[in-house]
Formats: sequence, C-alpha cells, structure tokens
Amino acid sequence: MTSNELKELQINACKVRMGVIESTHGAKSGHPGGSLSAADLFTYLYFKEMNIDPANPKMEDRDRFVLSKGHTAPGLYSTLALRGFFPTEELPNLRHIGSFLQGHPNMNTVPGVDMSTGSLGQGISCAAGMALGAKHQGKNYRVYSLLGDGEIQEGQVWEACMFASHYKLDNLCIFVDNNGLQIDGNVADVMSPYPIFDKLTAFGFHVETIDGHSFEQIESALNNARSIKGKPCAIIMNTIKGKGVSFMEHQVGWHGKGPNDEEYAQAMNELKAALAGLEGK
Amino acid sequence: MADVKKIATRDSYGKALAELGAAHPEIVVLDADLAGATKTSIFKKAFPDRHFDCGIAEADMMCVAAGLSTTGLVPFASSFAMFAAGRAFEQVRNSIGYPHLNVKIGASHGGISVGEDGASHQCCEDFALMRSIPGMVVMCPSDDVEATAMVKAAYEHVGPVYMRFGRSAVPVVHDQPVNFQIGKGEILKDGSDVAIIATGLMVYEAVQAAEALAAQGINAMVINMATIKPLDNELVLEAARKCGKVITCEEHSVIGGLGEAVCSLLSENFPTPVRRIGVNDEFGHSGPAAALLKQFGLCSEHIVEVAKDFCK
Repeated sequence: MTSNELKELQINACKVRMGVIESTHGAKSGHPGGSLSAADLFTYLYFKEMNIDPANPKMEDRDRFVLSKGHTAPGLYSTLALRGFFPTEELPNLRHIGSFLQGHPNMNTVPGVDMSTGSLGQGISCAAGMALGAKHQGKNYRVYSLLGDGEIQEGQVWEACMFASHYKLDNLCIFVDNNGLQIDGNVADVMSPYPIFDKLTAFGFHVETIDGHSFEQIESALNNARSIKGKPCAIIMNTIKGKGVSFMEHQVGWHGKGPNDEEYAQAMNELKAALAGLEGK
Repeated sequence: MADVKKIATRDSYGKALAELGAAHPEIVVLDADLAGATKTSIFKKAFPDRHFDCGIAEADMMCVAAGLSTTGLVPFASSFAMFAAGRAFEQVRNSIGYPHLNVKIGASHGGISVGEDGASHQCCEDFALMRSIPGMVVMCPSDDVEATAMVKAAYEHVGPVYMRFGRSAVPVVHDQPVNFQIGKGEILKDGSDVAIIATGLMVYEAVQAAEALAAQGINAMVINMATIKPLDNELVLEAARKCGKVITCEEHSVIGGLGEAVCSLLSENFPTPVRRIGVNDEFGHSGPAAALLKQFGLCSEHIVEVAKDFCK
C-alpha cells in the first residue's frame, strides 16, 4: 500500500466515523461504539478490497458483505453512502419513520446491503450460504462477514463455523471485532468467548489476529486470506470500541445510544480536526 | 374402502423434489441429518452434488438456505416440523421471512401421527408459528397427489413457503392429478347443512364423515383447505353463507391454525358458529399413529359426533 493510498483510507475512515456520529445523532439512538471500532474495516472493504459497483448494487458477481453484528448498521450505512450507494445526506434520517435506513440492515431497502441482519448469530450462516452458492455455481466472488466478540456467544455462530469448515468455504472470510465490550460489560466478564483464536482454529479456520485499526495489517491479513485454499478464514481484529471519538473510546455506555447535541458537537469537532490533519489543512 | 391406496406425503415430497430437480438445476436441497426420514434422500440419490447436509443444526440450515437463495439458487430446506418451524422459528422469521427470500421449507413429521416418538417430536404448533410470519405461505397437503402438485407450486411461487408433510401413510383422496393453486381451497363434496373445512390427513376423515352423515340425513359440504395461509377467504365465506355452520379439522393445536384462521375471517365478515376439531391445547404422547388419531378425536367418527351435535 502506498502512503497516498494509506492516507486516502485514513481520510475515508474519518469521514465514515463522521457519518456514524451524524446518523446516530439524527436517530437519537443506534450503536456508535461498535460502528466506530469497525470503521476502519468497513472502509478498507468498500474502498479497497471488494469488487462492488455503487451504480449496480446487485451486480451478479460482486463480492458480498454480511454484517452479522447488524446493530452496527450506522458504520455500514455511512460507508455505503460515502462510497456512493446513496447520498450521505440521508444518514441523519437513520431510524426515522419512513426512512429506508432501518435500525438494522434491510437488504430490500438499502442499496449495497447484501443481507438483512440484526438478530445475532444469523449473518454468518447466511454468509456461509452465499459462499456455498458461489462455489456451487463456479463463481469466483468472495463473501465477507463481520461478527462482534459478544455475538460469538451465540451457539449458531459455531454451527456456522462447522458448516463453513466442513464445506471448505475458502471463499468465506469472517472478522471478529474484538473490542472487548458488550452491553452488560466486559465480554470476558459477561460470558468469556476466549480464547477466540484457538476456538476458531479448532473449528478448522485459518486464523489471524491483527490490529483492527491498522490498514496495513488488514491488507496483509486479507491478502493471506485470498491465498488460503480448502478452509475458511477468520481475522480477529483487536479494536477499541468508540475508536476516534475520545469520550466514546473504551466506554461500554456508548454501545447503544446516540450523542446529544453537545456530545455531537464535540465528537464532530474532534473528527473534523483529525480530518484536517490528514488532509494537511 | 379397505383397499384404499395409502402413501405418506413425505414420500411424495421426496419424489416430487427429485422430479423437479431434473428440470430445474437451480434447485438445491438442505437437510439436518434427517434425509432418510424427510425423504430428501430421494433427491440426494438423484443429485448428490445438489444436496447439502447441515448436520443437526437447524438454525444454521435455515440461514444457509437464506444465503443460498440470494445467489439465485432455489433451496428447499427440510427437517421435522418441530425443528424446522419450532427450533428455527426465529431464523425463519428474521433471515427468510423478513427479507422475503425465495426459500422453501419442507417439514415432515407434522402432527401427532408421528406416533411412537411421542410429544417431543409431535409438532402441533407449526401452522401457528409459520402463519404469524408476514408473507409466508403455509400449506399442508391431503394426500400424495396433492403433495406432488404442491411442491411444484411452491417452486413456482417466488417467496418463502412452508409445507408440512406427514410421517404416516395416508389414503389417497384424489383419483387424478389436481390443478393445485396456492390459496385456493377445493370443494370435495357440496352440501348445505354444515361445512367441514379440513386440511392434511383430516381431509380424508372429513370425506368419510360426510358419507356417514349423509346416511343420517345431514348434508355436509367438505372443503379441502390445503393452503392455510393465504386462506381462501371467498370459499370459506361462501361455505358459511350456504351452510350457516362450519367445522374445522386439523392435525394441529386448535390454537393458531386453520380453525383460528377460519374463525378470525368469519367473526369479522360473516359471524357464523364454528366448531374446531384439533389438538385441544395439550401435548401428544407415544403410541401407534392410528390409535393416537382416534384418541385425540382426529377421526371421521369424532367429526360425525360433532356434526350431529352441531346440527341438532
């Protein structure tokens, strides 16, 4: 990755974060914490990795992305809008009556959303179905799915992992956003899923652990994933919940609430300053 | 009627899938370690590379089916009704129903005619569960002929479909192929004293009951209601207007199934006395299917009793 490419990704990730704040402020609810921890991944996938076309969201042989942790829809919506699937001006309408931006992703209303999700544990199975469908039809597209570290407490996730491994779905790559927090507190305290690396390895995945805020490490892991044959890949991303907004970082309280006007102003000021720094203004 | 031909509708399902599969390469079949029982094994034998066993993991299977359907394939996902509609209800609701995906659920072993396995496997709640999902088509065939036509209709319908098949062999009601249409009931016998609206294996019992009733001076109409949702409202209203009394018959709880669907329609549009024959808010138990059906009143004799009392 060139330094210009890196800077471009960083700028877009900052804009994605601004969209998360815009939308959750507009909704007066929603899930900013996990949207911000995954913002760098969203940005990398939609601006660098995936074969997609904003002008043709249902392009037959596009790569697919399933947001298994569907509550972080603000992060996905913000990325899709920035990428050109729909106007960014729509983001503040999140969760409003009549808006196509439903609280959790709806594949039939939001251009670019490949699967309706929200009920935890189901998206990864849907992604596995897509990957199986691609293989069955001799297609080369790849399928990506993002799970929360709390989400993997759902038993269905492990059914899906068995399935992906059994059918050798090497066109499937899952991510675990390991920000360490879920609604009731520390993931380790609520119901420890650790060691995640060992569990996924035992389920037959090629597993890598990366810093989920490093574009270089995301790129390297995804490049490796593409070369792995005969087994699915899992990338465990160590991340910071609320990343990029000082008062939201590491705070479980920002799992599922929108910023008020004052908090909105502060968050946007921080992100605007970060953006100005990146753009060298 | 001692020599009446009997076929289990799960067998019809498996055969119909294999026939359809030959004409439509986009059909794929999923099962959860019950292919031998649901009879998707018949499809598997014909098209081994289009049959995917998901293991004993019905929740995953339903969502895998959802994902497959988004790639242009037409998945039929099968398990016992208890697990397809019960265990995986929320997966069917959120990953198939909510996005209105083109997934067909073929559930076998519905009702108490599962027999010896007992209550844990006798699903009498699947109509209720599946009816509650917006956009879901819910069907239950009366016999082999109808089941075969139903599977084809399900394939041709774009959107989610739930079909319930039975474990036990049941008499073949239809002596020739039927022009099956989703959402259309079938008048098997006209009548004017009472309308018996039945689904699944209760259709044959209703026909038998009507014959017995005729001998006793009661002229019963018999309707085969293979589609429970969307209900054939016109036909139900027509029967109610003509007969003024309606009996519903289903191998399902009286809560949430055909009986309640008919009552809801009639109470809002043409209030009519209704008697519901079904499983009366209780669990089943082990025993031979035929004996259980008699014990739970899911038989022509009980329909006759109810009709006679109703028409007093």
